[in-house]
Amino acid sequence: MTTVAHLHEGTDAPYALSHLDALESEAVHIFREVAGEFEKPVILFSGGKDSIVMLHLALKAFAPAPVPFTLLHVDTGHNFPEVLEYRDRTVEKHGLRLHVASVQEYIDAGKLRERPDGTRNPLQTVPLTEAIQKLRFDAVFGGGRRDEEKARAKERVFSLRDEFSQWDPRRQRPELWQLYNGRHAPGEHVRVFPLSNWTELDVWQYIAREGIELPQIYFAHEREVFKRNGMWLTAGEWGGPKEDETPEKRLIRYRTVGDMSCTGAVDSDATTLDAVITEIAASRLTERGATRADDKMSEAAMEDRKREGYF
Amino acid sequence: MTSTTDQVAGLDDLAATTLLRFATAGSVDDGKSTLVGRLLHDSKSVLTDQLEAVEAVSAQRGQDTPDLALLTDGLRAEREQGITIDVAYRYFATARRRFILADTPGHVQYTRNMVTGASTADLAVVLVDARNGVIEQTRRHAAVAALLRVPHVVLAVNKMDLVGYEEAAFAKIAEEFTAYASDLGVPEITAIPISALAGDNVVEPSAHMDWYGGPTVLEHLETVPVSHDLTACPARFPVQYVIRPQTAEHPDYRGYAGQIASGVLRVGEAVTVLPSGRTSVIEGIDALGESVDIAWAPQSVTVRLRDDIDISRGDLIAPSASAPATTQDVEATVCHVADQPLAVGARVLLKHTTRTVKAIVKAIPSRLTLDDLSQHPEPGQLVANDIGRVVVRTAEPLALDSYADSRRTGSFLLIDPADGTTLAAGMAGEAFAAHADGAGAVAADDEGWDF
Repeated sequence: MTTVAHLHEGTDAPYALSHLDALESEAVHIFREVAGEFEKPVILFSGGKDSIVMLHLALKAFAPAPVPFTLLHVDTGHNFPEVLEYRDRTVEKHGLRLHVASVQEYIDAGKLRERPDGTRNPLQTVPLTEAIQKLRFDAVFGGGRRDEEKARAKERVFSLRDEFSQWDPRRQRPELWQLYNGRHAPGEHVRVFPLSNWTELDVWQYIAREGIELPQIYFAHEREVFKRNGMWLTAGEWGGPKEDETPEKRLIRYRTVGDMSCTGAVDSDATTLDAVITEIAASRLTERGATRADDKMSEAAMEDRKREGYF
Repeated sequence: MTSTTDQVAGLDDLAATTLLRFATAGSVDDGKSTLVGRLLHDSKSVLTDQLEAVEAVSAQRGQDTPDLALLTDGLRAEREQGITIDVAYRYFATARRRFILADTPGHVQYTRNMVTGASTADLAVVLVDARNGVIEQTRRHAAVAALLRVPHVVLAVNKMDLVGYEEAAFAKIAEEFTAYASDLGVPEITAIPISALAGDNVVEPSAHMDWYGGPTVLEHLETVPVSHDLTACPARFPVQYVIRPQTAEHPDYRGYAGQIASGVLRVGEAVTVLPSGRTSVIEGIDALGESVDIAWAPQSVTVRLRDDIDISRGDLIAPSASAPATTQDVEATVCHVADQPLAVGARVLLKHTTRTVKAIVKAIPSRLTLDDLSQHPEPGQLVANDIGRVVVRTAEPLALDSYADSRRTGSFLLIDPADGTTLAAGMAGEAFAAHADGAGAVAADDEGWDF
């Protein structure tokens, strides 16, 4: 769906693209570069909005042929059931193949230990890395965006990782023009971020434009939540609320979707895409600032997790 | 014709803006952080939690005012050392446009970072301090913008408040810079007197400079054209991937997927495939799910041809009337971006559009000093942040344009085959735009630098 941006006459006529078309074209170019240069790419797919947009772009990039990649989900064991249901339905609908790396299995096998705070986000790194190694993926698409977080703002579109999945921000390859360098040694892989230049608002505008279906928890609904570290967490078997925390019913929605133990809901009455976009455009908080406990651990929390091999 | 699609009601204004990529050049001393901070802040792109985090860290360090550089210094090492190590990308929007800002650091790995930021920029903002005027660094910035062929350059003469908002001070700097940059071939230069600290002419027009009737920095960013007349440049379509579903529904579909690198493609056009030289006609263009008759850069599309000919990744499809020549001998200007040097005789990989070939560095005729455009013949090797001329022989022919004609199909990378390091960023052809009469060169009488 190409839109000629003709709103500002005299500025960009006649051959301009709207910013969504420009971002879409860039992302499709990235997907095709990877398909052309790598042996075994995989898309990290969590059922969150960014990975949903990634998959949508991949479907468009290769149509009418099927997407030449499989999907990988790192299931923390504390994922929202609505999102898992969406994930499975989407995989089914497009005839895709899904690999699941389970944090719960690692914990049950004694290979990972539950953290005292119950947060499972940092625990995803080992299952992710081992899945990449075991299944020999050489390119791993992530939905990370540079506008999300300041360590991510320094990330390349093609980001080389060693065999331990580690990121070394000081030894990154300069990335010029649209020439991506995906050379890597056996055992290394490249993380690829097709949505690098997208903002949260771009993602929502694109979802609206393309009519992409999302898990319902992105829209306002009544839910039993309780307050922890200034955030509304969902009550459930994963570990909340504790004795001193009181659950209450609130009208909320999720602005990001991750592990239930560290993803906060926001108060919202936005039940439609239009309403969500209006809400985000007016918000004075960033999406991670509003909803992610794991990033509040320290100023360099994301950088540290990324160095370890996190998404 | 590509259709103009009805947007979801209420989203028109937000969804149909254009995208401008721009880069800023200058050091902290010129007030670059203040300018960037003000652009982000006044366009309401710095949100409460980000500002609170910056305030908290600034206070922790005993600073009275929030240090806006902390917004972009994303790495621990950067914050600890108080320097920016790497290009930082910032995103902001107004009602008219979406912006991608490549904020390039002023000191460390300076050339490498500015070249990186400028490579994708439609516009570069060069900052000078009104008290100092055009200095060595300013000339260096102008040279990088000219070298990378950034179409629009803004000279922001900052700290006008410190020179009494005097027109004469501004005019002198603007004149000197414009003369210098035009000589280098910068096609469009806009000089704007500002005070980033006081906010004059950044977002809001200044109340102190009635003599200036031009746009503010933001107004200029919002209105500068992001596309040029594409019909004037030849179409280039590097093939990324061949789409062959081989399904019951599409048993014979064969499409060539790629992003149009320049110009316009039309159904019915006679095309040549390079380097093979085979010819065919465009039968159809699929623009991500929609069949169209015409498509243009930088759209990602899938092209179908009338004849079943051998085409694979790395080939280039171009209109037969304006197909480029192919060559195995590349003369180019490179910016060396790696820590390990590049020496004559080096065996490298050359990545040009979607094609990667083996290559050997035959000669390094000269190295260029950006400060004064002086040249140093036969340097033997290039080290990090050097800019120089190279002669490269490739193992296979390339459909290479001059960088002056096409940034996308005139650029390439040199890659170390041993460890995959990106060694150098190359621009084919002459370094700076030639003068119409070939005379009036800036400083060159040396061979290898034809201005």
